Amino acid sequence: MQSFSSKKKVIEQKKMTLLERLYLPAIFQGLGITLKHFFKKKTTINYPEQKRSVAAAFRGLHVLKRDEKGAERCTACGLCAVACPAEAITMEAGERRAGEEHLYREEKYAIKYEINMLRCIFCGFCEDACPKDAIYLETTFAPANYDRNDFIYGKDRLVEGFKRDEIVPPVVRTLEEANL
Amino acid sequence: MDFQGFVITLISIITLFSITMFIALYSTFAERKVAAFMQDRRGPNRAGPGGIFQPLADGLKFFMKEEVIPVASNKFLFVLGPSIAIMSSLMTGVIIPWGGQLIVFGNTVSLQIVDLDIGILYVFAVLSVGVYGIMIGGWASNNKFSLMGAIRASSQIISYELSMGFSIVALLLVTGTMSLHEIVERQHGMNWNIFYQPLGFLIFLICAFAETNRTPFDLPECETELVGGYHTEYSSMKLGFYLFSEYINMFISSAVMVTLYFGGYNFPFMDQLLHATGSQNLVTIVGTILLFAKVFFFIFFFMWVRWTIPRFRYDQLMNLGWKGLIPLSIVWLMLTAAGVLFFKS
Repeated sequence: MQSFSSKKKVIEQKKMTLLERLYLPAIFQGLGITLKHFFKKKTTINYPEQKRSVAAAFRGLHVLKRDEKGAERCTACGLCAVACPAEAITMEAGERRAGEEHLYREEKYAIKYEINMLRCIFCGFCEDACPKDAIYLETTFAPANYDRNDFIYGKDRLVEGFKRDEIVPPVVRTLEEANL
Repeated sequence: MDFQGFVITLISIITLFSITMFIALYSTFAERKVAAFMQDRRGPNRAGPGGIFQPLADGLKFFMKEEVIPVASNKFLFVLGPSIAIMSSLMTGVIIPWGGQLIVFGNTVSLQIVDLDIGILYVFAVLSVGVYGIMIGGWASNNKFSLMGAIRASSQIISYELSMGFSIVALLLVTGTMSLHEIVERQHGMNWNIFYQPLGFLIFLICAFAETNRTPFDLPECETELVGGYHTEYSSMKLGFYLFSEYINMFISSAVMVTLYFGGYNFPFMDQLLHATGSQNLVTIVGTILLFAKVFFFIFFFMWVRWTIPRFRYDQLMNLGWKGLIPLSIVWLMLTAAGVLFFKS
């Protein structure tokens, strides 16, 4: 039958010659190939000790950046949370007090800022949405934990160079209590 | 047997047992490393330097696992299966000449534990018992996959034992003796049997692959069709025994091949070495080391083939056995007989 497309290929099944039916030449050829691979450079690496370099545009775990004076850039505007397609970001905004100018760049800042790394799809939309250049996806990746709750990253694991004593008693600084 | 001879035999049996177990243990590690290297990977390298303690971790895992005996199985036979498998594979080692004479404190010690007149027959008898382990285990599991694996194993071993026997008969025609000790002695220096029996060796090699259930003849445990084959229902150390007996079989068949065809502990220029140093012990030790080197090469070859060739289909296996190897081995036997008649008379 004539083929209507040009894609049809007629495959010829030739009878195997005696040498082919012996299998042995083909087996020795195969043994040669595997032996060649035996001495080849390995393509895998010793992962935790060695790491592969990532692309410049790699989207790994998030980092909340600080400005050149070391104050947090984030103003808790919530645009990243709105942009997030996976709804992984939550935050609570608070007002900067007198004497905290070195900690927070503007009058409003995030008391609580949480990203659920199990929900996050690392699309980088939060990075695009941020008007203050505060959130960036950097090159660290593959978090591992025993507990699902530990995948919710708070400010302690997100803010660049975070020091624990920077949040002065967090309990009284929530929005509700501030309104009292 | 006097008391001294008894103690010497006991010590050598225990030594052989531990060496065999050690080699089997590290064969599992070597297998994984060889597989990895041939697939451009690195293989296990976390336990100890270079992963050297990996087999110990694997063994420990086998002991720690829960031991499951299926309710519907025949419990006695279920336990008997792996026991027979490992026992028969451990029994073959005693008649292989691991080296020549060693002179210790004036006593001459032979590095062959038992020198039977019918050495080869003993190897064959014990090897054939090994398949009972697989058959009993597969049948006693009361599982269709296990039974299929067991049937495959037994039919495969019956098919390939024939041509293996023929290739051995051809060898016996050349050597004229069944004692492994004498067969090795006749291959003194570089006068190895492989030069007289190249085709016989090839047939023996192929059959050895089939007898040890190694790829490309590993149909009894073919994962893609039979889950795990005859050891599907086995767990814990009973599974370990089956896997172990496969590696011991591999070691022993390599040793038998080296003994029969590659001169055993003989090596070229051994007379010159004896003449130059005058020490029989040195020659014996070098011979034993070289014997193990040859054995290790064949173990490597078993692994090399495993990671190169895919598994045969069942009908291909039977075709090759009955229509390929048996006629070929008969022809080779006749040629050898004619050759012996022509050259020796």
